[in-house]
Amino acid sequence: MTTQRTSGRRKQALAAAIGVAALLTTAACGGGDDNGGGSKTGAAGFDAANNKVAQADLAKKGGTLKFGAAQDADSWDTTRGYYGFMWNFSRYYSRQLVTFKTSPGQEGATLTPDLATGLAKVSDGGKTYTYTLRDGATWEDGKPVTSKDVKYGIERVWAQDVLSGGPTYLKDVLDPKGEYKGPYKDTSADKLGLKAIETPDDKTIVFHLPTPNADFEAMVGLTSASPVRQDKDTKSKYGLHPFSSGPYKFQSYSPGKSLTLVRNENWKQSSDPVRKAYPDKITVDIFSNANDLDQRLITGDLDLDINQTGMSPQGRTTALKQHKANLDNPVSGFIRYAVFPQSVKPFDNIHCRKAVILGADHESLQTARGGPLAGGDIGTNMLPPGIPGGEGQKYDPYQLNGANKNGNVAQAKEELKQCGKPNGFSTTIAVRNNKPVEVATAQSLQASLKKIGVNAQIHQYDGSQTAGIIGSPSNVQKKGFGIIIMGWGADFPSVQGFGLPLWDSKYILESGNNNYALIKDKSIDGLFDQYNKTLDDAGKTQIATQINHKVMDGAYYLPFVFEKFINWRSSRLANVYTTDGYSGQYDFVNLGLKSAS
Amino acid sequence: MTELSKSGAAVGEPTSASRPPSAFLEVRDLKVHFPTDDGLVKSVDGLSFQLEKGKTLGIVGESGSGKSVTSLGIMGLHTAGQYGKRKAQISGEIWLDGTELLSADPDHVRKLRGRQMAMIFQDPLSALHPYYTIGQQIVEAYRIHHDVDKKTARRRAVEMLDRVGIPQPDKRVDSYPHEFSGGMRQRAMIAMSLVNNPELLIADEPTTALDVTVQAQILDLIRDLQKEFGSAVIIITHDLGVVAELADDLLVMYGGRCVERGPADKVFYEPRHPYTWGLLGSMPRLDREQQERLIPVKGSPPSLINVPSGCAFNPRCPYADIPKDNVTRTVRPELTEVGSKHWAACHMTREQRERIWAEEIAPKL
Amino acid sequence: MLAYLIRRLFAAAVMLVVIITVVFSIFFIVPKWAGVDIALSFVGKQADPAAVEGVREKLGLGDPVFVQVWEFFKGLFVGRTYSGGGDTINCSAPCFGYSFRSEQAIWPVLKDRFPVTLGLALGAAVLWLILGVAAGVLSALKRGSLWDRGAMVVALAGVSLPIYFTGMLTLAIFVYGPLNWFSSDYVPLADDPAKWFSAMILPWVTLAFLYAAMYARITRATMMEILGEDYIRTARAKGLREGIVIRKHAMRSTMTPILTMLGMDLGALIGGAILTESTFNLPGLGREVLLAIRNQDLPIIVGVTLITSLAVLFANLVVDILYAVIDPRVRLA
Repeated sequence: MTTQRTSGRRKQALAAAIGVAALLTTAACGGGDDNGGGSKTGAAGFDAANNKVAQADLAKKGGTLKFGAAQDADSWDTTRGYYGFMWNFSRYYSRQLVTFKTSPGQEGATLTPDLATGLAKVSDGGKTYTYTLRDGATWEDGKPVTSKDVKYGIERVWAQDVLSGGPTYLKDVLDPKGEYKGPYKDTSADKLGLKAIETPDDKTIVFHLPTPNADFEAMVGLTSASPVRQDKDTKSKYGLHPFSSGPYKFQSYSPGKSLTLVRNENWKQSSDPVRKAYPDKITVDIFSNANDLDQRLITGDLDLDINQTGMSPQGRTTALKQHKANLDNPVSGFIRYAVFPQSVKPFDNIHCRKAVILGADHESLQTARGGPLAGGDIGTNMLPPGIPGGEGQKYDPYQLNGANKNGNVAQAKEELKQCGKPNGFSTTIAVRNNKPVEVATAQSLQASLKKIGVNAQIHQYDGSQTAGIIGSPSNVQKKGFGIIIMGWGADFPSVQGFGLPLWDSKYILESGNNNYALIKDKSIDGLFDQYNKTLDDAGKTQIATQINHKVMDGAYYLPFVFEKFINWRSSRLANVYTTDGYSGQYDFVNLGLKSAS
Repeated sequence: MTELSKSGAAVGEPTSASRPPSAFLEVRDLKVHFPTDDGLVKSVDGLSFQLEKGKTLGIVGESGSGKSVTSLGIMGLHTAGQYGKRKAQISGEIWLDGTELLSADPDHVRKLRGRQMAMIFQDPLSALHPYYTIGQQIVEAYRIHHDVDKKTARRRAVEMLDRVGIPQPDKRVDSYPHEFSGGMRQRAMIAMSLVNNPELLIADEPTTALDVTVQAQILDLIRDLQKEFGSAVIIITHDLGVVAELADDLLVMYGGRCVERGPADKVFYEPRHPYTWGLLGSMPRLDREQQERLIPVKGSPPSLINVPSGCAFNPRCPYADIPKDNVTRTVRPELTEVGSKHWAACHMTREQRERIWAEEIAPKL
Repeated sequence: MLAYLIRRLFAAAVMLVVIITVVFSIFFIVPKWAGVDIALSFVGKQADPAAVEGVREKLGLGDPVFVQVWEFFKGLFVGRTYSGGGDTINCSAPCFGYSFRSEQAIWPVLKDRFPVTLGLALGAAVLWLILGVAAGVLSALKRGSLWDRGAMVVALAGVSLPIYFTGMLTLAIFVYGPLNWFSSDYVPLADDPAKWFSAMILPWVTLAFLYAAMYARITRATMMEILGEDYIRTARAKGLREGIVIRKHAMRSTMTPILTMLGMDLGALIGGAILTESTFNLPGLGREVLLAIRNQDLPIIVGVTLITSLAVLFANLVVDILYAVIDPRVRLA
């Protein structure tokens, strides 16, 4: 009797356990199986919004667009934000003279007039840029946006001691000697003491460059070139409530928790050729649990992830199985790679560098990054495909996606012989401890290098101290970091925006260095100089390609992947597309909802 | 017996062939066994004795001889204190004032505890609850059995503390046990035990935890109180000296059984069991300068799981070979009368024992 | 008793000073010795020298160590200002620091997040005390029974299963799953008690499950030990009913170690419910510190560490006092 009862209970428990397991795998999949194609009411289909517009004509005015986030912006202050999604999102509440075209794919990385009536009138051999402001552009209190507001906004970049965090390209290009001290230390009455910018009247703004820079207009299109009204500048606290010049304004913001934007009633559609302003309200909710966030996306509580860094492994698996039509798989603009500091022996010898490049198992590295969909395509060179001049996998000088996909031991050993290390050598791989995927690639690399006799130790360092640890060439040499695992994305889509800090000898710094390979190649430096003097796009593209080839010829880098993400878009969204302007993210500013409820 | 009829239950009815004894307390063939992983521990294995009101019985033996288990058995504390499956197995009969306790309703026995029979424990520090004042603990003991308010109970507590010789009892009543000295604590313990005028008082090693001078005071106190209340007292001890002057009767236990019992004088001056001789021999004597232990009991107490066959004492007995046919190792000796109301369990003849006592033992004591 | 209280309070005050100094040193002084420039952790991707200098000036990182510690102390009690680069930031007392990352003083953040964590910890504590102690006592009394073994197996599971597992499981069933009974959107108690309760019930249960398991095991072991004490035998010898022996005599002693644990656990939970809070997305201190770590927002980490230490300190003080109330022997110590 007793035993019978016990076994009965056991069966029940087992049944309950199986039930729970089943729940876990199928949890929260409300919708049906909507793989493949697309419909007018449902999801648009897999990759339907990748580099093309999905369901553009279905966007209606009104409704609340709901973003989720695993991470808040570094700052919502236009001068201080540096995260890609912050730049993308900032177009809701701030305008610039020029901005990226609201178009999918590569066209989205080209500039179009915003506050300005047209693109810059360039004169003086590329040293003077002149813009005229269009009529009707206003602040959230109804006052017009003037050229002085634009100048003041740009001047804030100089106040790095108060407003740290954002990109400083404008400061470096307009005032390389650092003569101007920023608006907070400006002694002139109107605080507009920056000499490189002139505002002859409220509608005209003129930039004077000491030397030409081919990417200057891209810098004017950066979020950090947004106008800021002097009387509304709360200095370091500006990011808590930026004063809006766009179609939406801050209603409430609680750092790390939530952000709500509502319509800026003083913004006029007629003054803005770029923004469509479909929804009435935009909310951002920040979640500490990435799985929770993905669950909410899948259940339809949220429309999309503001961070645009791909779903978590768990959510991704569920989504790929059951909601493939809600996913896009864009290229992120990031390259993940290993780099060889030439200061650490034997990586001063190109043959030893080539040995590592050829010896690595590239497919295994791709798997470590998350495979072809979530990790990306095998990287074959160092210029992201979305950047003008980038050739993608077509340019594969070491056959990394071809014959040598799984490593070429024989060829690698041949290189080792030429390097004078026929029996291999020992070295250290430095990797950030806060990026599990990077640690996984380091382990993959370690395993494949063992086959060619290269004995690599893995050193994990505090990821928050990157600038001081691997950003210090003397430390790298001291610790013997022969291989550094890293990743890089462009601040603006050009070879300069991507590669200048990485490859130009002028950018080798004592601390916060990004030219980890310590490349001192006069021809590369020269190509960058030449690039800046070139004003036509075809010429610039050609130089970009040349620079990439030079870098690859030097065998300074072992690229892992051209990174790809799997991003979620809810079935409610219309007019969705990814843009190269923001590294393969959805273009936030013109997202619409299919219905207002 | 009035309580019995009130409860209306058939508790305390004599079982089968038994009939109520005439004695105030009578224990018949008491067995207390504990099942353990190693086997059955026979702590008490067939013990019988009687005790009249106003009399004192001393139960003497080494630790592990079953004397404490006996006292707890009488109090019914084995069944009350056991949780889980491994309960003590108790059989036999315990008659207290005409009621058989082992077959009685446990709740009825509970009501007798503390009122009709009370107990004093060995270590008053651990036997008193550290978190309650002496007064609270005495008041609790009183109010379980008396429907009085706290004030009355408190007065009673103060009165009892005064009676057991605690100075300033009205102040000390609010002290915690740890604020008392060892002797004072034992006095308080006694006060608590006597608060309900119990008819049977069991003192389990009441002086062991105390120093020598305090020991004497406590024993005097117990004697005085016994005279005053007319209770029956059982004093359990491993030290014959403690009961020498106090006890009317003595019961010597070994291996869970009685090996000798009889009037205290007889057991002291005409002991008829080699184990009793050993106990007498190892008794410290204040009147001698050198503590000579002439006839110490060699060896260690027997295992209660595998009790030696025959006489349980045989492995330690110097005279085990005197009886013929190896009988000490095969046959368990029964208690036989060796004098008036004096019983001992030994295979040697009465004459052999009288001779050994008179010639070999007594002169050396 | 009064002397005891004063001694405890004094000891707590000394500990307070020590804790503040140690916490400050760990985050601001030790990295300096280790050769790490903490100003770098306050600025962004491009470590502009001016930005680093600005942070250094505002934080006074160039000042001698004792000045920095003193300023920190002063901030806690009277408030302080951070100035540099023509910008001045007021941080009113109690100034637990200022985040240059999210541009906010730490105290308001702590004040906002604290009630969430406190509600989580206290609610769960009530649950696990009731469940754990009851299960432990029953197990001790029915030692070896089916109930006892069953309860101890469940307790073992509770102790071994991590929060994020049980948490995700309950979320999958009760929030996203077929039993959509509860919400997982936190609403402050003052705004809507019913919604607050609905959002808190799963975290409470999940957290309480883990702790109830521990408490059941401790209670069982302690209770079994206490039941073997002489004074319990004395209580029975008085003729007390078994129920009263357990409740009045055994429970009071059993509560002593449980209270100690409760004090430590509650204190630790104030800053340590990281997993629970992030799993259930409760905007409490634990989630805040997790986000701060992700954002490398050092001052928030310092602030939470400090408030946690203070919570542990306070919880211990309360336990010490309760101890004295329960156990008269302690009052002498």
